[in-house]
Amino acid sequence: MRELLPLSLLGAVVGLDVVCFPQMMYSRPLVAATLAGAFVGDAMRGMLVGVVLELIAIATLPFGASRYPEWGSAAVVGGALSATLPADRAGVVTLGVLSALGTAWVGGWTLVKLRQWNARLARHRRHALDAGARGTVIGLQLAGLTGDLVRAGLLTAVAYALFFPLAARLAVHWSFSGPLSRSVVMMLATSVAASAAWVIFHSARGARWYFAGGVVAGLLLLFAR
Amino acid sequence: MTAPAISTATPAPAPTPSLPATTWLSIFLRLLAIQGAWNYETLLGNGIGFCVEPALRQLPGGVHGAAFKEAMARESAYFNAHPYLASVAVGALARAELSGVPADRIERFRTALAGPLGSVGDRLVWAGWLPFTSLVSLAAFGLGARPLVVVCLFLALYNAGHFALRIWGLRVGWTRGLAVAPALGNPLLRGGPAHLGRAAAAAAGVALPLAAARVLAGGPSLLTIVLLGAALLSVLLVRVHVRVEAYKLALILIALFALLSVAR
Repeated sequence: MRELLPLSLLGAVVGLDVVCFPQMMYSRPLVAATLAGAFVGDAMRGMLVGVVLELIAIATLPFGASRYPEWGSAAVVGGALSATLPADRAGVVTLGVLSALGTAWVGGWTLVKLRQWNARLARHRRHALDAGARGTVIGLQLAGLTGDLVRAGLLTAVAYALFFPLAARLAVHWSFSGPLSRSVVMMLATSVAASAAWVIFHSARGARWYFAGGVVAGLLLLFAR
Repeated sequence: MTAPAISTATPAPAPTPSLPATTWLSIFLRLLAIQGAWNYETLLGNGIGFCVEPALRQLPGGVHGAAFKEAMARESAYFNAHPYLASVAVGALARAELSGVPADRIERFRTALAGPLGSVGDRLVWAGWLPFTSLVSLAAFGLGARPLVVVCLFLALYNAGHFALRIWGLRVGWTRGLAVAPALGNPLLRGGPAHLGRAAAAAAGVALPLAAARVLAGGPSLLTIVLLGAALLSVLLVRVHVRVEAYKLALILIALFALLSVAR
């Protein structure tokens, strides 16, 4: 668990990117889980978790005030956990994905709490805001940014500290084979992504034919390889 | 004696105020943190005030003047927009405040602009550009690209669009001021989501089988079973998507699978 502190810092920076700063999307699971995997020495295993999470994340778009899972810190937890567990265990990718999904769910709740806290701060400073106090506007912005950084760091630390020992024990007793474990997770993730793609894009004229064409192209590429 | 020309002629538009390069840089950097104080009451309001503030320092009397304080109070009130397209509002509002546009006109403009900037941005970025770039990167992963290449491809592709949109928004907002509405009819903003939707659908078709094949790293029979199973499950998910969030369903099913694996 020597990696807990640096991972928490990584989770804080990545979690901040989800909403507050700078929204460059290095908080996407594909990036964050790979970074976390590389951080603990195995970028490829981090990326495997990131790919599965990215497919699932396509179904949760961060529209305005809606509640959505916080993928940044969650992907750091999942990617690092999977890359840290012994590589010869069959369920490491599955356990990484599972811990990330749990963290993402809780992370969505923490974002809601942060927004409520931001609202409370603004309410308490209503008179200063109405008077156009420059320091209040800047202070609220900095408080929100700091709060989010702390939120994401704490979430990463708590989730990793809880899930790592649990996943290590589960990995020892894991009885399904590696291919079966990956197949189940990948089947679920692919189905979530395919259904999300349909829901998001079906209103664009001809999208279903583009999707069908894409599947044919993808299968041909697979066959050619 | 002739009437003075000023009484009949259309009033000349206010000259474009000018801002130092450091102010533009400050506004742009602040735009990256525009959602820092996002909350359920004023939404993006505080962020707009935060971003416009460097420009407002040019008002008569500087930061201690009455004009500055009135403008700050106005700009920090409730506002809603997509975070990237909020740059249009920031540019337009900064221009309006520095040009001395009456307060009631600025407030009406803020109210009118909020809705379109939210819906256009959501469709263009969250439901278009983001899934498209994500799926292209997943396809690259499926084709065997190394982790560093996949990550760099996604970040470069996504942020090319991201930064272009923010810069365009700030520029068009500033140059057009309160007359910015026609710019939102830009073909890219109007037709972009549909084009991106088709491109993303094609990218999804390519990416899903390729990514599945690389993660599984098994034979063709295993991949066939997974893809057929995924196709059936996705039909089911489309039917129930209003009632259950897919990621929660995935979490529950994977947790059950893990329990079964350990308890067996």
